[in-house]
Amino acid sequence: MAEPQSLPAGATTSGSIAVAAESTVATRMSAPPSFDVADFPVPHGREEEWRFTPLERLRGLHDGTAEASGGIKAEISAPDVVTVETVGRDDQRLGRAGKPVDRVAAQAYSSFERATIVTVPKEAVLTEPVRVSLHGQGGTTFGHTVFELGAFAEAVIVIDHTGDGVRAANVEYVLGDGAKLTVVSVQDWDDTAVHCSQHNALVGRDATFKSVVVTFGGDVVRLHPRVNYAGPGGEAELYGLFFTDNGQHQEHRLLVDHDTPNCRSNVAYKGALQGQDAHAVWIGDVLIRKAATGTDTYELNRNLVLTDGARVDSVPNLEIETGEIVGAGHASATGRFDDEQLFYLMSRGVSADEARRLVVRGFFAELVQQIGLQDVQERLLAKIDAELEASVA
Amino acid sequence: MATLEIRDLHVSVDTEGGAEEILRGVDLTVKQGETHAIMGPNGSGKSTLAYSLAGHPKYTITGGTVTLDGEDVLEMSVDERARAGLFLAMQYPVEVPGVSVSNFLRTAATAVRGEAPKLRTWVKEVKEAMERLHMDPAFAERNVNEGFSGGEKKRHEILQLELLKPKVAILDETDSGLDVDALRVVSEGVNRVRESGEVGTLLITHYTRILRYIKPDHVHVFAKGRIVESGGAELADKLEAEGYEQYVKGGAAT
Repeated sequence: MAEPQSLPAGATTSGSIAVAAESTVATRMSAPPSFDVADFPVPHGREEEWRFTPLERLRGLHDGTAEASGGIKAEISAPDVVTVETVGRDDQRLGRAGKPVDRVAAQAYSSFERATIVTVPKEAVLTEPVRVSLHGQGGTTFGHTVFELGAFAEAVIVIDHTGDGVRAANVEYVLGDGAKLTVVSVQDWDDTAVHCSQHNALVGRDATFKSVVVTFGGDVVRLHPRVNYAGPGGEAELYGLFFTDNGQHQEHRLLVDHDTPNCRSNVAYKGALQGQDAHAVWIGDVLIRKAATGTDTYELNRNLVLTDGARVDSVPNLEIETGEIVGAGHASATGRFDDEQLFYLMSRGVSADEARRLVVRGFFAELVQQIGLQDVQERLLAKIDAELEASVA
Repeated sequence: MATLEIRDLHVSVDTEGGAEEILRGVDLTVKQGETHAIMGPNGSGKSTLAYSLAGHPKYTITGGTVTLDGEDVLEMSVDERARAGLFLAMQYPVEVPGVSVSNFLRTAATAVRGEAPKLRTWVKEVKEAMERLHMDPAFAERNVNEGFSGGEKKRHEILQLELLKPKVAILDETDSGLDVDALRVVSEGVNRVRESGEVGTLLITHYTRILRYIKPDHVHVFAKGRIVESGGAELADKLEAEGYEQYVKGGAAT
């Protein structure tokens, strides 16, 4: 259930649980999903899926005026058993995990020239992560990447986004039966970058997908992590943390589409905000369709507002078309940095900035500890420390 | 020798009906090595005195001075006061989710001492201090005050007192909500710090019970926002026998 707590002025936390014959998540979009940008009208900003987004800061990604003029330096390092290919638009392996759901994702799909496909063969268990580094070198780029794990393969993929530029992309994760994938996507862009990306995961029978989305940088970052299940017994865990600073717009729009029996999903996103016009948006949609008996799902969003002038919009939404489920719930809360916590820490000699860093680090650490991969956790905590050191001072 | 001097301190809080004066001219001098008990009925302003000295933003100083070794305490921010040597053991310590006790203690010690304590000696120092307070070592990995019982919260406050070694310690109703065993353990902790002779202690309490374990040099009766009577330990015995009635009803405070 939604449980708004001590909301700062200007923030919203509205949630709903609908028991409906017809999905409103599907119908409230201004156009059905499509690979073709022409199928989407140019948004004007009042559409449900665009109403929180500053269109004027998207540098033309939404209205067809953005041209692929820029550069992005991509480096991929992977164990030998992994195949990395660059392919043309007609490769049959593209687009299997899901269609673009909004005009910018469709623009990316219509505009990329070459795609990257990273394949982990079946039953390969990687001992080292696949590392992808994308460093923006200015200008607009469109991208498409597919990560595919064969049946019973296991991998950790770490994607780092840095530098400057305007980036629209689609990323696919295709998991074979029984495969286990943990993917960490870090958005550590310069404060001038714009990044819109749709992440589609197709989770195979009995496969496990774990996504960790970490957003620190960018002028505008708007991500759509989405999960579909290809067979029963699949499990998806979607973790996210974001630190939204002065003037930044960071938007995470999640969808877990349960249309297959006996699958699980767990969503937990936490954000901290500080500074004038820092704006975070979290949309958490979960659909449990009629066929998805035995579903077990929970989604949570927690936000911590450190200073005046920041705004959060958090909208959890759960639609249930069958009662034959194990469990379904959601929670959303946005709170202010507690003055009593600040006083307590300062009364022990800790400076106000150090106290804020301590509290935010603790707030995120609670989430990071759930990820369950020691080296990923340590990397993330180090990343959080560096971000806090730089921004809370 | 460290000395805390409070002169004619007036403090008010903002209420819906405007500013309300809580402290009405407090005079008190606490010297290193001395223990002062401040006793008074509920609502007399005892806790306001404690929090005002620590610098809680809820309270507005409207008059008077507070100095520590001649330095103007009222000019200092909350953290500066702590680094100058003031410590407040709180009646209701605050939860800090996701921050472990060990991380918190080390951060505080680093701030107060001006440098990070050497890891090896620090671990030993904390471990021994926790043993003396009958605290389970697993306690260090829990989040600050999260899910702590009343007794655990107070032990954790006294643990900080032992580790941070302030010049002046203000203990705000540290005895409240403690059973006899916990009260004894906590009092022993306070007494260890007092025995160093390097701390001035301001013990704020509603009850005389804790004074059986911690012997004060001076006892002050607090009523209606100021000290209305001062004496030695024998004053506590009188309060034990007669209660606060005469101070609340009578004209002593006005």
